[in-house]
Amino acid sequence: MLTAGIDCGAKNTKTVILKDGKIVGKGQNLTGFDQAEAIKASLEAALKAAGLKEEDLDHIGGTGSGAAEIKQADIKVNDIKAMAKAANYFFPGSRTVTDVGAEEGRAVKIDEQGKVVDFAINEKCAAGAGAFIEAMARALELPLEQMGPLALTSDKTIPMNAQCAIFAESEVVGLIHAKTEKQDISRAIHDAMASRIVSMIRRIGVNPDIAMIGGVGRNPGFVESLKRELEVERIYVPEDPEFGAAVGAAIVAAEEGR
Amino acid sequence: MAEEARREFWRWTESNWSNPDIDWKGAKIVTLGIDVGSVSSQAVVMTDGEIYAYSNMRTGSDSPESARNALNYALEGTDLPESRIDYCIGTGYGRVNVPMADRTVTEIACHARGANFIYGPEVRTVLDVGGQDCKAIQCDERGKVTNFLMNDKCAAGTGRGMEVFADLLSVPIDEVGERSFQVKEEPAPVSSTCVVYAKSEATGLLRKGWSVEEVLAAYCAAMAERIYSLVERVGVIPEFAITGGMAKNRGVTERLMKKVGLQAMKTRWDTQIAGAVGAALFGYALVQKGKGRK
Amino acid sequence: MLANYGYKDGSGEYFISIDTDRCDGCGDCVRACPYGVLEIMEDPNDPFREEPVAVVTEAERKKIKYTCGPCKPVTNRPVLPCVAACKPGAISHSW
Repeated sequence: MLTAGIDCGAKNTKTVILKDGKIVGKGQNLTGFDQAEAIKASLEAALKAAGLKEEDLDHIGGTGSGAAEIKQADIKVNDIKAMAKAANYFFPGSRTVTDVGAEEGRAVKIDEQGKVVDFAINEKCAAGAGAFIEAMARALELPLEQMGPLALTSDKTIPMNAQCAIFAESEVVGLIHAKTEKQDISRAIHDAMASRIVSMIRRIGVNPDIAMIGGVGRNPGFVESLKRELEVERIYVPEDPEFGAAVGAAIVAAEEGR
Repeated sequence: MAEEARREFWRWTESNWSNPDIDWKGAKIVTLGIDVGSVSSQAVVMTDGEIYAYSNMRTGSDSPESARNALNYALEGTDLPESRIDYCIGTGYGRVNVPMADRTVTEIACHARGANFIYGPEVRTVLDVGGQDCKAIQCDERGKVTNFLMNDKCAAGTGRGMEVFADLLSVPIDEVGERSFQVKEEPAPVSSTCVVYAKSEATGLLRKGWSVEEVLAAYCAAMAERIYSLVERVGVIPEFAITGGMAKNRGVTERLMKKVGLQAMKTRWDTQIAGAVGAALFGYALVQKGKGRK
Repeated sequence: MLANYGYKDGSGEYFISIDTDRCDGCGDCVRACPYGVLEIMEDPNDPFREEPVAVVTEAERKKIKYTCGPCKPVTNRPVLPCVAACKPGAISHSW
């Protein structure tokens, strides 16, 4: 069985090719303002990496906020289902999964088969998504990739009052003017974001085996804040967490396309 | 070019005024209301419950200094000495930092009381759209609050949200209203509530070839929808008034009135002073009740 | 007075409403809330009211969606502790 999973997200579009349960190719493209173009480009990149052609695929699963634009997909995959399948694929023992992407945060409780038991979503508000850290990086005049590593060098806890990303920008500017160290501000930003994700996880119940997928999983500062806020020893993050939902979509395509 | 980039498109003009027909020397009670908002600060001096002088300024980085500046600006051109003031109430976001205040009262109570004065006792619903918040208040004929909500958590539907757009589109804030009507056809409102997401949506629209005016219209409409959804929660009972900085932006107010199905009340006063007027009136009432400063 | 504390953002509406005409300032809700969301004080929105009243603390007003989260599990939601504790029935949540 050869399937592709395409996840058209708010910021990036990701494609994964799955061959009999093994990942054989990945492709990624900025979504930008032309979703169809980004979908095509990421699929082509993944096929190229796998040394395959589109005709070779048995099925294509589409998911993400831009799923409606994935004309190539013959199977539409629900976002929650995709993340549940992905968590079960990478970490079969995990029962709680969180997916934090550019514009959405989700938490799902799953059973041992990877079936969804409960879920909570935060969408349409940047306070609980990767966009929050991005906006703060701009206010701090730092590249996004440096935010997490910088936060790790801080051991100070400063509270952030603003919830809204727009108001938080002004608060960050105020902290800079007050000569607060950038690493401490960065940690405060990650802590604030993590506490919002944690409250969502608490609504579905916390257990010690928590998996995280989504682009924000790449940010070590965020993962650290999340651990601290959840009071857990570790959080399971796959190698390329941003491809999580695409992997889930490819798995569902294989299961449903049988 | 660098100069142009640094221009602040969200600034508006500051103002002050004093009533030449009032002789403060004959007044029994002089009270002061100071409203230190996140964006603007107002000081209103009242003699026996009538507006004697006021000012409306931008809030600086320091609240006590902003309160002080607003008072000085209000008294500029008058000969009323500060020592003549019997009682001062601070209100607004920075109310705990008004050094001359004898006590503080929330902006909810002050806006209702102030709107009752500047619009008249018929006003039942007051919508105040400030720099960093949006308040919907219902009040009775005495200006007493009966139902309210205040949204200061989210920038959508606040002056700050509009400033972000003015900045993004390089349109001076006081031209936003006019220019938002310079469109052939009213576009659909920007669909994202969150200002961060609305910004990327707007960037996409510009890239698609929309004019600045069309994007402004789409955002003013979104703002009107957002504010309407808040005021709807407390319910709109006529008469209805709009206060705060947004009342000066007809791009939003006219679209909002259409949704509400009511004309907003008119006043000869600056709509931004409502909170400070309410504060000065509470001071007047407290002094009359013998609860004033010794 | 119906005092609605909270907010509405892109993700939804989150208000805790306190009917100050019903609230007798007893403080049962303050003791019932596990997260310190409520407090009893002089009515900040009515300078002429003499009796104290329950309000949502200033610090919590902008994040009740998050703070109240644990009391609102996605499934099998019990009656909220603050609502259950309030004998006069002055408290309600919008979500």
